Amino acid sequence: MMAGEDIVLRATGLTKNFGKLDVTRDVAIALPRGARHALIGPNGAGKTTLINLLTGQLQPDAGQIELEGGDITALAPANRVRLGLSRTFQINTLFPDLTPIEAVTLAVLERQRCAGQFWRRLASHNEAIEESFTILGQLGLADVATRPTRTLPYGQQRLLEIALALAARPRVLLLDEPAAGVPKDESAALFSVIAALPADISVLFIEHDMDIVFKFASRIIVLVGGAVLLEADPQTVRSDPRVREVYLGRGHD
Amino acid sequence: MQTPVSAPIEARDWLRRRSRWSPFEILFWLATLLPFIFFPTYLPLANQIAIAALFAISVDLILGYAGIVTLGHAMFFGLGAYFAGIISVHGWGEPISGLLMAGLFAGVIGYIISFLITRVQHLALIMVTLGLGFLTYELANALHWLTGGTDGLRGISTWPVFGQFRFDMWGYTAYGYALAVLFLCFLLSRRLVNSSFGLALRGIRENVKRMPAIGADHKSHLRLIYAISAAIAGLAGGLLAQTTNTVALDSLSFERSADVVVMLILGGTGRLYGAILGTFIFLVARDQLAGINPQYWYFGIGMLLMVVVLFMPKGILGFLARIVARAK
Amino acid sequence: MISQIAIVLFDGFAFGMLLFLLSVGLSVTLGMMNFINLAHGAFGMFGGYVAVTAMRQLGLPFLAALPLAFIAMALLSVIVERTLFRRLYRAGELNQVLFTIGAVFVSAAVATFVFGTVQQVIILPSWLRGSVEIGEVRFGVYRAFIILVALIVTALLVFGLERTRLGAQVRAAVDNQRMAQGLGLDVERVFAITFALGSGLAGLGGALAVEIVGLSPSFGFQMLVYVLIVVSVGGLGSITGSFVGAALLGIGDVAGKYFWPEIGSFLIYLMLVAILLVRPLGLFGKR
Repeated sequence: MMAGEDIVLRATGLTKNFGKLDVTRDVAIALPRGARHALIGPNGAGKTTLINLLTGQLQPDAGQIELEGGDITALAPANRVRLGLSRTFQINTLFPDLTPIEAVTLAVLERQRCAGQFWRRLASHNEAIEESFTILGQLGLADVATRPTRTLPYGQQRLLEIALALAARPRVLLLDEPAAGVPKDESAALFSVIAALPADISVLFIEHDMDIVFKFASRIIVLVGGAVLLEADPQTVRSDPRVREVYLGRGHD
Repeated sequence: MQTPVSAPIEARDWLRRRSRWSPFEILFWLATLLPFIFFPTYLPLANQIAIAALFAISVDLILGYAGIVTLGHAMFFGLGAYFAGIISVHGWGEPISGLLMAGLFAGVIGYIISFLITRVQHLALIMVTLGLGFLTYELANALHWLTGGTDGLRGISTWPVFGQFRFDMWGYTAYGYALAVLFLCFLLSRRLVNSSFGLALRGIRENVKRMPAIGADHKSHLRLIYAISAAIAGLAGGLLAQTTNTVALDSLSFERSADVVVMLILGGTGRLYGAILGTFIFLVARDQLAGINPQYWYFGIGMLLMVVVLFMPKGILGFLARIVARAK
Repeated sequence: MISQIAIVLFDGFAFGMLLFLLSVGLSVTLGMMNFINLAHGAFGMFGGYVAVTAMRQLGLPFLAALPLAFIAMALLSVIVERTLFRRLYRAGELNQVLFTIGAVFVSAAVATFVFGTVQQVIILPSWLRGSVEIGEVRFGVYRAFIILVALIVTALLVFGLERTRLGAQVRAAVDNQRMAQGLGLDVERVFAITFALGSGLAGLGGALAVEIVGLSPSFGFQMLVYVLIVVSVGGLGSITGSFVGAALLGIGDVAGKYFWPEIGSFLIYLMLVAILLVRPLGLFGKR
């Protein structure tokens, strides 16, 4: 964390307990503009929980969250999305019966607050459809834009997850294991898509594959047992003995 | 198979084509005029089918498109029926204005109720809709000085439509009136489901968890469709009052709420024509089989429900659509 | 006045205990598998018919007919679960509701075909008839018997849930099915056993109910709404919830019919909606 940097998403003192179980312990996050940060840690470390806290799906027991300087700690999830905080899900949370063009257009229209216009034909929303198609094109999904989501291969569904998140024109994008379940050769392609995202979007992604993490992340947060063990650049993290201990014997997951 | 699109304009055209009127649709609506010419003795039945189909469409909007399981929607049908009936009893028998007021009344109540509905899900939602339905029934029963209680509402008389078309005893005006209202509401519903709002409703049905994640206020969407659905159900009830000059407690009954859901499953949810088809099949069957022992009717309906759920989850219409798609 | 309240409480509690027996199985299986089985009441109905037939055709005494109803319904439920219900666990709420309603229709039609629409009558043994006078109030012996049976069943259930291995498995499966499965628990087997037990209890309840509510092919429908109210108000997956919910509903129903016959039902439905709005998971529901 450098002083004077433009911090887009800041969280301080985030704490969450489930009964006697401390799942998040005094976590602080500071995402600067254009960040490409990775969140790593062993299973059960609380990475997805942290994302859920940041997006508002879970309410923290203590702590504060700021987006572009404004306090969003008490805001409902949908309102955070409208302010520019978007996420993807580790398990595909898509609309099985909708086609990608429909799904992304819906997301665009919701962003524009036009979705409730029940008197207008869907096809009359020219700009929204065009924007939606462009997003699909950027993710290589233009060819399958008119096929129902449930007929798409898994890798493309993961890309659609990202497309839906991008439709909100986010300033901050939280990706929960974007390549989960995707075979190794395809995940590199998926991440090059992520790397090609606009430079002013701040990205925080959860990932287990260390090759990808070291290749794409400019900064790494290590989460263990709900608390931040270390946050530093990849070189420092790689050579830290505590991190090695946590990952000892795992090789490259 | 869909042909892929390669440009935004093609995407737009693909979307537009999905909502185009097919020749089958036009044929269908022309066919609804047949009873006038070929089956005039069945005009009263046709009237009942039109009214029930309108009610079924109202339920399809929330059940088939938004995914809200309701077992108490007859509440709004009955509210509309009693409203139209009561204002007629008290002197105002003009059909169109009475009908609009009945629909508006039901819609307003529906909007208020929608705040309750959106607070619950799963079994609690089913039970709340069930409870509200029973509640309304008991209320109507208790207010027998207003509603006529178990005897039903007496003294409804409906003035001629547009001052011209008297309600004749063969049922020509009744069916014409009901059919016109059905068609207009169908046009409205069709536009609605093909709009961005319809897309949002399908999104809620497909994956409600994703909706807030794309910035959608899905509860506000649900409240709106619930109110619209209640209004349309109220219009259907008002039609019943005005075309048959009778309103009884059965317009609010659980049987009516359950029957409409059965009709929807028969025809197929989430396609407006499924609602109409299911209604037609159910009511014609019931009419033709009216003489047989009720136990056979219940056995048949029960088996039909079980078979359709197990083997034709998209209803008869969905089943037919699949056969047609495979044959292509 | 006091004596009226006493008798209403007593009769209401007895009715509530019947409802408890009829509902507890549904509550636990709903909490475990989220499978909405509206045909649960049909097990009650058939249990009643089994008891009546056993007493009339086989000459069995009443006390033997009761466990027979339990066992018969448990066995029937195993068959039904294996062949039909198993396919619907992933089918979605609407489909489950409709399928099981269809099953209730079919059950009612079959019962009509075999037994006719006439109300069935059961001849109670002499020691269960009549009433006992305490103070100024006459308490029915049979109703006291129902309460006794239900309390014994409750004690057995609670003991079984807390102390036996199967009970622990049931609790785990209700609490978090996915995790339980991940830990190696054969959830399907646990569910099948629980379903059988629950349906058996419903059969027992149906047999006991013949004297109080009567028995005809529409029993499944009549009891359906009561059972659903008990389960949704009490809370899914909770024996305590079913007990409290059933007791409340039983007393409320009898009190309503006794003191406020015009609006009794209205008040019950109002309470149902109000409670669910404040606590959608029911009074003792876990999820």
